Amino acid sequence: MSALGRIAVITRKELLQLRRDRMTIGMMVMLPLMQLLLFGYAIDTDVRHAPTVVYDADRTTASRDLARRLEATGFYDVIGAVDGYPAIAAAFRSGTARVGLVVPVGFGAGITAHRPVEVQLVVDGADAQTVASATQTAASVVAAWSAELRVTVLHDGVPEPVTLSTSTWYNPDLRTAVYVVPGLVGVILTMTMVMFTAMGIARERERGTLEQLIVSPVRSVELVIGKIVPYLAIGYVQMTIILVVGSLVFSVPFAGSWPLLYGLAALFIGGSLALGLFFSTLARTQQQAMQMSFFFLLPNLLLSGFMFPFEGMPRFAQHLGQVIPLTHFLRIIRGIVLRGATWRDLAPEVGWLAAIAGVLVVASALRFEKKLG
Amino acid sequence: MTAPVAPVAPVIAAATADGDAAVAAAPLVIETHGLGRRFGHLVAVAGVDLAVRRGEIFGVLGPNGAGKSTLIRMLCGILDPTAGDGRVVGYDIRTQPEQIKQRIGYMTQRFSLYEDLSVEENLTFYAGIYGVPRRVRAARVATVLADNGLVGRKKQIAGTLSGGWKQRVALASATIHQPPLLFLDEPTAGVDPVSRREFWAEIHRLAAGGTTVLVTTHYMDEAERCHRLCFIFGGRVLDVGRPDEIVDRAGLRAAEVEVDDAPAATAALADHPDVIGVEALGHRLRIVTRAVDPVALVTGVAGPPRRAAIARVSVEDAFVAMVRGQDAAGPVAA
Repeated sequence: MSALGRIAVITRKELLQLRRDRMTIGMMVMLPLMQLLLFGYAIDTDVRHAPTVVYDADRTTASRDLARRLEATGFYDVIGAVDGYPAIAAAFRSGTARVGLVVPVGFGAGITAHRPVEVQLVVDGADAQTVASATQTAASVVAAWSAELRVTVLHDGVPEPVTLSTSTWYNPDLRTAVYVVPGLVGVILTMTMVMFTAMGIARERERGTLEQLIVSPVRSVELVIGKIVPYLAIGYVQMTIILVVGSLVFSVPFAGSWPLLYGLAALFIGGSLALGLFFSTLARTQQQAMQMSFFFLLPNLLLSGFMFPFEGMPRFAQHLGQVIPLTHFLRIIRGIVLRGATWRDLAPEVGWLAAIAGVLVVASALRFEKKLG
Repeated sequence: MTAPVAPVAPVIAAATADGDAAVAAAPLVIETHGLGRRFGHLVAVAGVDLAVRRGEIFGVLGPNGAGKSTLIRMLCGILDPTAGDGRVVGYDIRTQPEQIKQRIGYMTQRFSLYEDLSVEENLTFYAGIYGVPRRVRAARVATVLADNGLVGRKKQIAGTLSGGWKQRVALASATIHQPPLLFLDEPTAGVDPVSRREFWAEIHRLAAGGTTVLVTTHYMDEAERCHRLCFIFGGRVLDVGRPDEIVDRAGLRAAEVEVDDAPAATAALADHPDVIGVEALGHRLRIVTRAVDPVALVTGVAGPPRRAAIARVSVEDAFVAMVRGQDAAGPVAA
């Protein structure tokens, strides 16, 4: 038989095997499809719809006009009015707002009296990408308005009727590392927790030791907990290493409470382990378990707000991101590490994370039990 | 040439007769009545009645897919029966699976070892799983290492052992908690003949010590080492008895002959209604018939053989005859 003939024989065999391996086929189709959708739609580094609070101390037509002009850019979503800087800070810590517009008393009167006035834009610097877009957009809006006023209302005596001052909180130097390092904790935990659990059980199945354990007095819940505990410990070690090295090498500050972070991390690690367990009931081999874990990692990186600002994603991608545990853990860890967020600030995110983790634990426990019986 | 064929070698008959009296009085370790299991419309096992006594080595034979694994899984308490009931080591297989699991040992052809752990670590792990108390664990591990000739290899990583050694470690793991009942599912698949002999010597030693053993196998020489056998086909038990009883009941005769044109003789004999099997043994043909004289049959079909000798009818012959008979009768009704 010719070389080509032999190659054809092998190709045919591979195709036959592939046809029987539904899992791999599914992934081969889904992976590029998802990448296309995620990269095509979801990733838009231009931040739009940045949640914005307005502290309008002036309360005049002019101040309301400014807020309207900012919102008209599509960049800022005014989600509410606040009455002071502490309220802006609270909105930042809980992650409900990224931008604050401050209009001082006398703003409207100054314009009427042809005096130069100033407004302030406060930006949450923890997300360096948001800051750059936020300040640029506001600056151009204000500059345009200023030019308009100079032509229509004022005489030439005032060189710049309205100016914008910006103030960046929480990461004034806009260092990317400060933003990335806490996020990395979440990504690495996802990666290891899901993959190691999935592969750990798949390995037992592949080697036949799972069968041996099923006929033993060991209960499935004991088996699962026994296998998960070491990974839980590994998760905490990983988290500690990243935060300590991040602090020593990249000078990432730690603004909040360590016990709060370590306590809430248990929810995230638990949910990730449960997901790994769920994958293990689907995978027959370690290879499949690994493929599934990688498959899962992709939307985590792209949709959680790790790589790209969450606000920059279209609505449907945000909905998808909302059910990813990492999305909420990122907000929690960034909140605690960078902004010193407290339990009260993070309650909604904790609620989401707990709900997702709960669903995963129950689903995987049910499926695991059924699969073993 | 008309003398009846001795169905069983006298040595084996004597050996089983010896143990019979003791076994008959021993308590039942496995007892089932009408045990059955369906998967949807598929009947995997139906109407199985078993009575296995303490110290017996009970062989379960049957082609692949006959229902052996389903039967074992029900007896281990990990699969609920859909019909009938049963008691294993004194506990109900439907309602007391946890009690059963603690009192059985289980070993499969896959020798389920952790390949990245040493022999000793594997044994210690299974000792812990089966609740061997912590203070006696080390001593128990040392005992099974010695019993299975593994002392010199206790530090070796299990993945680097050859098949025969893995089998020993697997047996040691399955007996670490000294279970009164041991399930062996094709325990010698892929193991060399010397290791298989040693393995069976150890099984007989365990049985003599009061352990009951239920073993499935495809090796007919191994089947003949069991005290009693159960033939299962299409989910039903076709026959249960001592190997010699089963061979007797099959009513077969066998001969080994040398003929001039072996391929032609084989072709001519294969389709004969009284012939159970013809197989080539080097230059000779081995022929098994139902009731009729095999040598006379060969003479009739292929002329007088150059040499002929009566052969022993084996359990394998009985097994093949039974499977052929079932195939001829059509699929087994549910």
